[in-house]
Amino acid sequence: MDSTHTPTGRPPAHRLVVLPFRKSLEIAYQSLKVRFFRSLITTASLVLAVSFLSFVNVGNDIANGFLATGDPERRQSLIQAGYDLGETDTRVEENPKQRWLVILSLMVCVVGIVNAQLMAVTERFREIGTMKCLGALDRFVLRLFLLEAGMQGIVGAAVGAAGGAVFAFANGLLRFGAATFQAAPWPEVLASVAAATAAGCLLSLVGVLYPALVAAKMAPVEAMRVEQ
Amino acid sequence: MTDIHHIVRVASVTKTFQMGRNVLQALKGISLEINTGDYISIMGPSGSGKSTLFNMIGGLDKPSSGKVFIDEVDIAQLDAYELAWLRCRKIGYIFQTFNLIHVMTALENVTLPMTFAGMNNDAAMEKGIKLLEMVGLGDRFRHKPSELSGGQQQRVAVARSLANDPAIILADEPTGNLDLSTGEEIIALLKRLSEETGVTIISATHDFKMLNVSDQVIWIRDGLVEKIENREDLSISVGGIGGREAVH
Ligand SMILES: Nc1ncnc2c1ncn2[C@@H]1O[C@H](COP(=O)(O)OP(=O)(O)O)[C@@H](O)[C@H]1O
Ligand SMILES: [Mg+2]
Repeated sequence: MDSTHTPTGRPPAHRLVVLPFRKSLEIAYQSLKVRFFRSLITTASLVLAVSFLSFVNVGNDIANGFLATGDPERRQSLIQAGYDLGETDTRVEENPKQRWLVILSLMVCVVGIVNAQLMAVTERFREIGTMKCLGALDRFVLRLFLLEAGMQGIVGAAVGAAGGAVFAFANGLLRFGAATFQAAPWPEVLASVAAATAAGCLLSLVGVLYPALVAAKMAPVEAMRVEQ
Repeated sequence: MTDIHHIVRVASVTKTFQMGRNVLQALKGISLEINTGDYISIMGPSGSGKSTLFNMIGGLDKPSSGKVFIDEVDIAQLDAYELAWLRCRKIGYIFQTFNLIHVMTALENVTLPMTFAGMNNDAAMEKGIKLLEMVGLGDRFRHKPSELSGGQQQRVAVARSLANDPAIILADEPTGNLDLSTGEEIIALLKRLSEETGVTIISATHDFKMLNVSDQVIWIRDGLVEKIENREDLSISVGGIGGREAVH
């Protein structure tokens, strides 16, 4: 906003439209709440992918807990359960096949999010155009979409991560019995769950970035289209 | 600058749409001057370029050539922030399809432009309720748009257009999706507001019910101004035109 304009009699422009952060949060939350079912679908693939990630990592944490006890019997039961353990290995790491599956599922999940969010943007063209007619700046629209995705991300990823951990423990219980809970290295399990949650949040934001930019760049005339 | 201050001035505006190889000239050189406080109807058949002109005046689209002045400011000179400010504070929009934000209540719809304008929450609520009372929806402000009839939604839209005390209200076919009597109510409401608040109302329409309340009617055909009639001339022709209403 420089002063190179020539128009007559206009005071220098300190005239900025605003959308306070609190209000953005309120609008984003409301928007998710009202479109609960659609939000659920958008988040479903994230929940699944994150729970898979968390399941694999927590499963490995549990196996490492068993290894740390140094009990050869436990070691044998791990090998029977399918863990690749060499003579000298003292830890299980994510094996290449697991890693590949996890990465693949996370990628599929991002594509799913992009797809769902693009549809959401198309459905909301008129709403976005109207907001722009009312004075919204591009960045208000961007912020609203990022906030919505962030909230979906936190909730979806937390649910997914917790779910994955629960499954990993259920799996441990079936295979190794109640000893699972004694052997489990809780700090590492918690760290895995937290890491999976953070990864899920990040993916949700990555997935919404392009659709949100499309929405933010939309021209306000879109609000005028009569068909739809 | 001219001697008389016009709230809206349109100078030789053309608008060309490129659709693949086809070029369509929707506006072919329109010049208008609109006085503050007038109730203006832009009349013309469907496809004559009313909405395109509406978008130019509202700063929603850019002319291919020519200039639009709002309050004697050339809006082509405004940057994105100033344009947003203009849309927020100077102009209130009313659409054929109401365009309420359907996740928000009536009151929230009305207060949103006030939030953009930087008004605090309590003041915005208070003013929003006042505006909804003014359009006859004092008891409906917690309703979502889907819980309101078309006429009621358009009333909310009228209240929203007044949120920041704009100088101009732009309405594109405000009665286009309403039945006859509801349409009449909205027209009467707009007329009352124009008298009470002194806001300039510019309404694109092919609804002849608008003629009775207009201070000036701008007839548009094929992207050109066909004729401009003032209130005095109108009373003569209205009788003849009323009969044509059945066509639409
Ligand atoms: N975005 C657009 N792209 C291409 N053609 C358009 C567009 N908007 C309007 N037109 C054309 O411009 C002409 C005028 O349209 P419009 O202004 O919507 O008329 P009205 O509102 O009077 O019915 C029409 O022939 C229409 O098809
Ligand atoms: Mg039109």
